[in-house]
Amino acid sequence: MSSAVNASFEPVIGRYLNLDLLGKRHRVYVEEAGQGIPLLCLHTAGSDTRQFRAILNNADITKNYRVIAFDLPWHGKSSPPAGWRDLEEYRLTSRDYVDIIMGVSEALQLDKPVAMGCSIGGRIVLHLALEHPDHFGAVIGLQAGAHVDPYYDTQWLHRPDVHGGEVCAGVVSGLIGPSATEENRWETLWHYMQGGPGVFKGDLYFYKIDGDIRERIAAIDTTRCPVYLLSGEYDYSCSPQDTLDAASRIKGAQVTIMQGMGHFPMSEDPTGFIDHLAPVLEEILKMRKGR
Amino acid sequence: MIENLQERVNADARLVRRGRFVTTSFLLEVGDTPWLINVSEGRISSVTKGPFVMARWTFALRAPQDAWDGFWAQQPQPGFNDIFALIRRRVLRLEGDMHPFMANLFYFKDVLASIRPASNNSPAVHA
Repeated sequence: MSSAVNASFEPVIGRYLNLDLLGKRHRVYVEEAGQGIPLLCLHTAGSDTRQFRAILNNADITKNYRVIAFDLPWHGKSSPPAGWRDLEEYRLTSRDYVDIIMGVSEALQLDKPVAMGCSIGGRIVLHLALEHPDHFGAVIGLQAGAHVDPYYDTQWLHRPDVHGGEVCAGVVSGLIGPSATEENRWETLWHYMQGGPGVFKGDLYFYKIDGDIRERIAAIDTTRCPVYLLSGEYDYSCSPQDTLDAASRIKGAQVTIMQGMGHFPMSEDPTGFIDHLAPVLEEILKMRKGR
Repeated sequence: MIENLQERVNADARLVRRGRFVTTSFLLEVGDTPWLINVSEGRISSVTKGPFVMARWTFALRAPQDAWDGFWAQQPQPGFNDIFALIRRRVLRLEGDMHPFMANLFYFKDVLASIRPASNNSPAVHA
């Protein structure tokens, strides 16, 4: 039998967007599928857009949503800007992270996009809801909390005598919940194994230090920008309690705790995750129609 | 349980191969009981129960009995599902020169998880 019998393209289109971000020229890799409300997906620290492969391929979602995911600069197929070798180290700050997302959203001319991010992405959507409530139609924070205290020495993630891919994936491997299949577990970890030197560590600077939003989180106005938080019960980085604590301080925020899942719901257990995401997307769709 | 560590690890050819560059000694403290474990090119060469007078080791993992019991359950509950979950909750202390541990994290996570009861299915949490 010819191998062509089982060959097919996914409906996902990947392209490179050339634009200025943070005062430098960037070549950012963007994937998208579907039509309708823009759903801008933000991957976790040290990973890339492949985490959203199931969302981009879900026909029930893409019939009403234009699902867009991009690799942050330094991640996946978005190389660092020219001159990166002169930097002492890569560090993601809250300011830069917000500017990158706004830059991409404006370059794509998205109309009231829904921002959905996981982990660092789950944290930054809280910053977006606070600082740009009228730009976004809603935010969905996966594994989102206001702050995470450092609990291990991140120096181990970037030193020449420890393999970066092995240690980054090794550090996060336990964050995956028992509902993940072996295939999705190791797909998720492979993304971590492919991260560039120091990139995961640089993202964690935002996650554990610079991105702390505890002092400001209560000022989020969900009447201007609705907030949905979904977290997996096995995550010990951003634990369900961390998410519940954040939600309790955002008036009007809606929370779902997802049984059996960990820190990477969309990638480790796409089917189970979409069951929880679907009612949220349905609600946003209804709100938009009544707009 | 810990007595089985040598047999379990050494019978797992894939795990031994993954640890082929690992030769070290580490201390596993379960409540008040220390265990000294020697690793030679990925194989567990000895497991010795303390107390010790002058034990030599490169790194140590220390946690209360109930933390290890939770970690070694067949289906660990949230908060017990990984060595880093125990570290995050400040119930496990990792001490000493942890370079071999961090450089071979997948190997050591699986060595420690190998104490879990054998399951018919593939391990639900493949730490």
